[in-house]
Amino acid sequence: MKFTLTTLAAALVATPLIAGDVTPASVTYGEYGQIEDSLTGQPGDAENGALVMKTKSIGNCIACHQVTALNDAPFHGEIGPMLDGVGDRWGEAELRGIVANAKKMFPGTIMPAYFKNEGYIRPGDAYTGEAPEGPLDTLLTAQQIEDVVAFLMTQKEQ
Amino acid sequence: MKFKALTAIAALMIAPGVAFAEPDDDTLVINGETEMVTKTAAPAHMEGTGIDTIMSGWHFRSDETQALETDDFDNPGMIFVDAGREQWNTVEGEAGKSCASCHEGPESMEGVRAVYPKWNEDAGEVRTLAHQINACRTENMKADPYKYTSGQMANMEALISLQSRGMPVNVAIDGPAAETWEQGKELYYTRTGQLELSCANCHEDNYGNMIRADHLSQGQINGFPTYRLKNAKLNTVHARFKGCVRDTRAETFKPGGPEFIALELYVASRGNGLSVEGPSVRN
Ligand code: HEC
Ligand code: HEC
Repeated sequence: MKFTLTTLAAALVATPLIAGDVTPASVTYGEYGQIEDSLTGQPGDAENGALVMKTKSIGNCIACHQVTALNDAPFHGEIGPMLDGVGDRWGEAELRGIVANAKKMFPGTIMPAYFKNEGYIRPGDAYTGEAPEGPLDTLLTAQQIEDVVAFLMTQKEQ
Repeated sequence: MKFKALTAIAALMIAPGVAFAEPDDDTLVINGETEMVTKTAAPAHMEGTGIDTIMSGWHFRSDETQALETDDFDNPGMIFVDAGREQWNTVEGEAGKSCASCHEGPESMEGVRAVYPKWNEDAGEVRTLAHQINACRTENMKADPYKYTSGQMANMEALISLQSRGMPVNVAIDGPAAETWEQGKELYYTRTGQLELSCANCHEDNYGNMIRADHLSQGQINGFPTYRLKNAKLNTVHARFKGCVRDTRAETFKPGGPEFIALELYVASRGNGLSVEGPSVRN
């Protein structure tokens, strides 16, 4: 791949929605952008959430955030706040809302919306620079979001 | 050309509590003699952007990468200048001419890089340096145009840029160029792609910060064409724009097309006052 920026660039694995899962359009956000109900009804797997957050081709959250617990992965960015102790600062519903679509809680934020698939200007087919062939997948699946939320809930300061 | 009306200029929130990693304070002197302006006061039109000092991308690179630009023997971009010089003197096309037939030596191009993109009265449009090079090829030489982001184009741009080395970038944004400039500005603040990021999100709000392993600069183009260690070749402005837009998970614009011409004029104008630096060295 030419001109690769090592930042957010990396092809995402196709993540088709499984029947029965909630869709981006059917998610209910609360007044502050929180999401009360689990997106899948399944408990999140914090270990997989950690993997999602540090893997460039999946969540790539550490492109922007520092997280001490993920220090085994190199190069944490400094665009967003450090996430140590984030489980003390926010409850599960807030964290779910922030990961799914941070723009509801922080209007205008640079943080991408991970559970959204339309309403973009010139959306592309992942990182090809080409127009997409069909509807876009969300950046993370519903279960990956639950996994990330489970990991974030383990981030307590004591 | 249709630019969507957008409200992305609206205040973006900046992360609280993040230390702002300043770019360094080194001075760029090339070959021990040409002192470059790599930091200077922002031009008046940037009032309200939050940027009062504009900086060359050179300040954001490692000491090792910076050093490569201080001596022409170490600057890998200079090999491509030599290739450009050869192209300059090569007769091509049905008119039986080379660049030298009309312009004599490349020194005649002194000052040119500093004022491009520029309004072309006869054509009634803003032209980039690359367009002007191709206009000479097709109209005066009756030769084929270079591909817009090709190696040959980059070589020629490097040769021509070198003739203005150290001169301040000074593109005009008023008069007939104003409309194109406005379009470029709108594009700069438009949040594209599935990541919904604008140029400003990275290069205005977050320059100096690390985004994963990359130290974000102001995204200035005074150093173009740039030799990048990453791909070991000279890179043109529109190829760089294309890469940055693609990395927002967007459908990119076409190099040489109206959107990138407008964007180039706007981005160049944000560097008014910085020295022409091409061919520069980046990672
Ligand atoms: C392009 C940058 C970027 C990326 C990528 C990113 N974030 Fe963020 N994030 C931010 C910024 C900036 C904020 C602060 C909100 C604001 O004021 O804009 C933030 C806020 C947060 C918060 C609230 C933090 C607090 O202390 O209040 C959480 C939690 C969070 N992000 C989690 C994530 C997770 C999980 C991912 C990946 C799935 C991620 N972020 C990806 C930029 C980013
Ligand atoms: C997701 C973040 C991001 C976005 C959005 C982005 N860029 Fe960049 N850009 C980078 C990174 C990372 C680099 C390499 C480090 C640097 O020089 O800042 C870079 C480099 C550049 C450079 C090279 C600077 C030099 O000194 O060689 C230019 C020019 C540039 N960007 C322009 C733009 C323009 C114009 C846009 C909008 C169309 C844009 N960028 C959008 C991340 C981004």
